Amino acid sequence: MNTAELSSVCKQVRRDIINMIANAGSGHPGGSLSMVELMTSVFYNHMRIDPQNPKDPNRDRFVLSKGHAAPCYYAVLAELGFISRDELANFRQLHSILQGHPDCKKVPGVDASTGSLGQGCSIAVGMALGAKQLGKDTKVYTILGDGECQEGQIWEAFMAANHYKLDNLTIIIDNNGLQIDGSNDEVMSLGDLPAKLRAFGFDFYEIDGNDLDDIEKALSAPVVSGKPRCILAHTVKGKGVSFMENQAGWHGKAPNEEQRAQALRELEG
Amino acid sequence: MSEKIATREAYGKALVDLGAQNDKVVVLDADLAGATMTKYFKAAHPDRFYDCGIAEANMMNIAAGLSTMGLIPYCSTFAMFGAGRAYEQIRNSIAYPKFNVKICCSHAGVSVGEDGGSHQSVEDIGLMRIIPGMTVIVPADANEARKATFALAEFQGPVYMRLARLATPVFEEDYPFQIGKANVLREGKDAVVFACGLMVNEALEAAKLLAAEGIEITVVNMHTIKPLDAECVLKYAQQCGNVITVEEHSVIGGLGDAVADALMGKVCCKFRKIGINDQFGQSGKAADVLREYGLTADQIAAQIKETL
Repeated sequence: MNTAELSSVCKQVRRDIINMIANAGSGHPGGSLSMVELMTSVFYNHMRIDPQNPKDPNRDRFVLSKGHAAPCYYAVLAELGFISRDELANFRQLHSILQGHPDCKKVPGVDASTGSLGQGCSIAVGMALGAKQLGKDTKVYTILGDGECQEGQIWEAFMAANHYKLDNLTIIIDNNGLQIDGSNDEVMSLGDLPAKLRAFGFDFYEIDGNDLDDIEKALSAPVVSGKPRCILAHTVKGKGVSFMENQAGWHGKAPNEEQRAQALRELEG
Repeated sequence: MSEKIATREAYGKALVDLGAQNDKVVVLDADLAGATMTKYFKAAHPDRFYDCGIAEANMMNIAAGLSTMGLIPYCSTFAMFGAGRAYEQIRNSIAYPKFNVKICCSHAGVSVGEDGGSHQSVEDIGLMRIIPGMTVIVPADANEARKATFALAEFQGPVYMRLARLATPVFEEDYPFQIGKANVLREGKDAVVFACGLMVNEALEAAKLLAAEGIEITVVNMHTIKPLDAECVLKYAQQCGNVITVEEHSVIGGLGDAVADALMGKVCCKFRKIGINDQFGQSGKAADVLREYGLTADQIAAQIKETL
């Protein structure tokens, strides 16, 4: 899909995110909006998947390690036809397949249950390792939060990804700089993240994570044999909705009806 | 019962043969292959062995990922670091999605001995049993550990298997192993003892001591703590009237509680739990530590007599 087409999908995904969270009266808009371009790029232009056959053993795999951004995940899956668009209205409701955080038992197209931060990256490492063990050409993608990188297990996973030379694995860090209690730097500074990631041995890219062309370049660069890819994607939390942008307060808060209307106006076209 | 073999040793050797039969079996360890005995598999099938280093949480989730690709991961470390440290990884990333991961942890209970209380998990059965849908198995001897290791590969879903460090007698009598089906090893009318792990042998020895005094007890090897063979529990509780559970685990949350849950509101009987009484273990020779906590045959026999 070209940039213009993908850009239009991103707008629809953002509107769906706002509607899902407003309908549910709870959810995580900030970190869902920041990763829209990253997720759509991966799903539309890079993953080998078939919405008609979501369990195809030869499909590529995706793990949303920052599971609280589920609204973005569900919106993309609905756009692709893995789930019905009508289902989005049931987000976070009793008996819905769309749990507050992704449940792979319930949702076609979800390969791992996530939400407890720090764990998804290790699951993705296991998938990539399994693909190698079985001699499959499966590619594995995972999106992490920057705040999530405060979990020690993330660094265990980084160590293992490089130890096992998982060049079929792409780790994307949604670096929006904010978390529940404030900025990453105020809460628990991640320090020189690019230097740390390079030191782990990754095939490393630093990009504008809300720029589709920039994302495409990093995702389509040739594989470096024996090196897992890590993309540090600088993004804007709440991207696309003026009053949510760069506001930690919109990490886990639903818009009211007035705010929903304003957000949808801004996301028209 | 002359030969003594630890259940961890039998597990390690069984993995080698299982791996030869089933190429989907992969084994993970966290720098304890020489202690959990996955070292045998590592030597026999090096391309299917992953040492994850001293990072148990990461290991559990890597196992989760491997299982989604159709592999059957057996994941080993000490019970303290598996069921304990990586509890939430097991809960959220293995049990919640019902992934087909086999968590086989050695060095459970106080029979770890010299390493002391920090390394003696007396809570792991409770921690694993409380997770929805988790299967929990505690083999009583080397033969059963071997059979269970094979049975796990045929079983779809997450399983926790508890293994011991200490070499203990191998039962002469061979009997079938079926997940969820208890084995009655001895029948007597005066009381029924439900035991698991190393305590099965101690209970059998206690039964012999009591028999010499004219007290006949039933001994049941309750190798599967969950799903518990409730039918067997109810049958023998009704038949014997006195129910005793014996486990090398805290009396809170383990086999005793599982049996109590099955009996509650169903059978009127005397009931006693024998195990570690809400305390941590300590260093010492395994036999001395077991005696310190009242878990040897003669001590168990005395407690049973007291109950009757």
